[in-house]
Amino acid sequence: MMDMIQTEKLIFEYEKRDEDGNVIGTSRAIDGVDIDVKEGQFIAVLGHNGSGKSTFAKHLNAILVPTDGTVWVDGRDTKEPEELWNVRQSAGMVFQNPDNQIIGTVVEEDVGFGPENLGVPTDEIWQRVEESLKAVGMLSYRHHSPNKLSGGQKQRVAIAGVVAMEPKCIVLDEPTAMLDPVGRKEVLKTVQRLREEKKVTVILITHYMEEVVDADKIYVMDHGKVVMEGTPREIFSQVEKLKQYRLDVPQVTILADELKKRGLGIPAGILRKEELAECISSQYTHGNRTGMDG
Amino acid sequence: MSIRLEHLNYIYSPNTAYEKHALKDICLEIPAGEFVGVIGHTGSGKSTLIQHFNGLIKATDGKLFYNGENIYEPGYNMKNLRNEVGLVFQYPEHQLFEIDVMSDVCFGPKNQGLSPEECEKRALEALRLVGLKEKYYKASPFELSGGQKRRAAIAGVLAMRPKVLVLDEPTAGLDPKGRDDILDQVAYLHKQTGMTVILVSHSMEDIARYADRIIVMNHGEVMYNDRPKNVFAHYRELEKAGLAAPQVTYIMHDLKERGIPVDIGVTTVSEAADEIMRALGTEISENEDMTGDGMLDADAMGGDTSDAGATGDGTPDADAAAVGRASGADTADSKNMEKKR
Repeated sequence: MMDMIQTEKLIFEYEKRDEDGNVIGTSRAIDGVDIDVKEGQFIAVLGHNGSGKSTFAKHLNAILVPTDGTVWVDGRDTKEPEELWNVRQSAGMVFQNPDNQIIGTVVEEDVGFGPENLGVPTDEIWQRVEESLKAVGMLSYRHHSPNKLSGGQKQRVAIAGVVAMEPKCIVLDEPTAMLDPVGRKEVLKTVQRLREEKKVTVILITHYMEEVVDADKIYVMDHGKVVMEGTPREIFSQVEKLKQYRLDVPQVTILADELKKRGLGIPAGILRKEELAECISSQYTHGNRTGMDG
Repeated sequence: MSIRLEHLNYIYSPNTAYEKHALKDICLEIPAGEFVGVIGHTGSGKSTLIQHFNGLIKATDGKLFYNGENIYEPGYNMKNLRNEVGLVFQYPEHQLFEIDVMSDVCFGPKNQGLSPEECEKRALEALRLVGLKEKYYKASPFELSGGQKRRAAIAGVLAMRPKVLVLDEPTAGLDPKGRDDILDQVAYLHKQTGMTVILVSHSMEDIARYADRIIVMNHGEVMYNDRPKNVFAHYRELEKAGLAAPQVTYIMHDLKERGIPVDIGVTTVSEAADEIMRALGTEISENEDMTGDGMLDADAMGGDTSDAGATGDGTPDADAAAVGRASGADTADSKNMEKKR
């Protein structure tokens, strides 16, 4: 597999300035991060507010460039000014608030904005608009005004806007934070679909633990460093450690953990509702069966 | 300090192309001292609804009674209403503006016409209540982290000592610890001061954990207004309305479908754990000797048997109950301060 994103000893420092704009010091937001994302992977980044995850995300399409160390996106060094547009075309970003990302007055115009800026020929723009709206399940809204859409629909339009630029990788920075439960589900399903149909590499940053149970790998950040990495099962079986980093585990995992503490034989790191139900019901049927035998 | 709405309607931009009937014939009552959760899809009218509670938005028609008085009567003391009903908006940290945290929190009481000493006293009290450390009191609010800013902003409302605290998605964008801290703090305030709390949230798990009652908004109408257990029993209807039930509720339904006799009206983790232990425990205790055997299952699944074995002997029923109580799982109590998911 090709490397989609690779960082080596990535360091980023914000400059602190006084009222006159003079630099009075620096604060290190990212402190030596080495991450390796293969093409087509689904990667989740967790971390508390201020842990450096958003600063990290902004390095993936060169909104920020490293103070030290290197970020390669699809093999390109983001620090090279001449690579800027290529980097931005390889990695698209979706942010938290859909209202801040939508600029068009009609859905299809909004989605066409990105490819238009890339200088894509008009016919192809329309083709891409149609395809991307189809990919996020919003084609029937193409002539609507974005203002009248629900939060989840707006966010899907924002994703379509990124998809229309045909990036190999999409970085989503808390895309569901402002959405209702169904809106959250819509966005996650859309992301899932893009992975399957378009083989897009996905990097998802979120505070909702249950959104990342399907990730290939989870990175946990704290104070600008990667402090944990592993599969969802490996990460979520460490409840106490996660709590130290101000994080949590999915509610299903908490319940499984609680039942385990109360003496039920339940393996660590249960992630899905069906998994837990299966596990409990096997204990139940076992009890039942032995009951009948006795 | 009850709030009562009678046939309340609100229409945005009436008689224009943008006309929107945001609230339709709302009738509800929020008694003093209750912890009420408000849920609904984006655009369902939640925020419009709560902005009526302190008179920020005036209903197109209908009545709103605060302590039995219709606030739309001519001569009604709106200023007093706003002193008593404190509203914390979405992203309240965007409204921080003073040079330091202390001055910002003093702003509300200052506008209530209190003396500087009294303002400071209330500000200190409010800052302590939200659990913001003293070293930040003289810091610029803009130097704080997201969670700290939000606490400072909430303190600004608490310093006015409201009798009703309305919070519009106070945890959106916060990390899990920040989420729990703020809601635990609110629950603590609710218990300590007896204030009415009205919490708007998109997290079904949070609402289930804290609210005594849930108001469900759907396209400008009240869809349900009931205890969490009864509301989340309608999970299929909730899904159609852009919502969901807490994860544990789905697990209980799943177990029931698999033939395990559990009560499906369970909405929190501790309730679910109690209920599952009860359902399984009954079975196991009927075959006391079999409990050890049951653990073989756990082993086969790669479970931690040493852990299970410890409580496996003896009567699992009693064990489960004891653990349940120790973790604050008593249902009546779990609605209050010591929240245990």
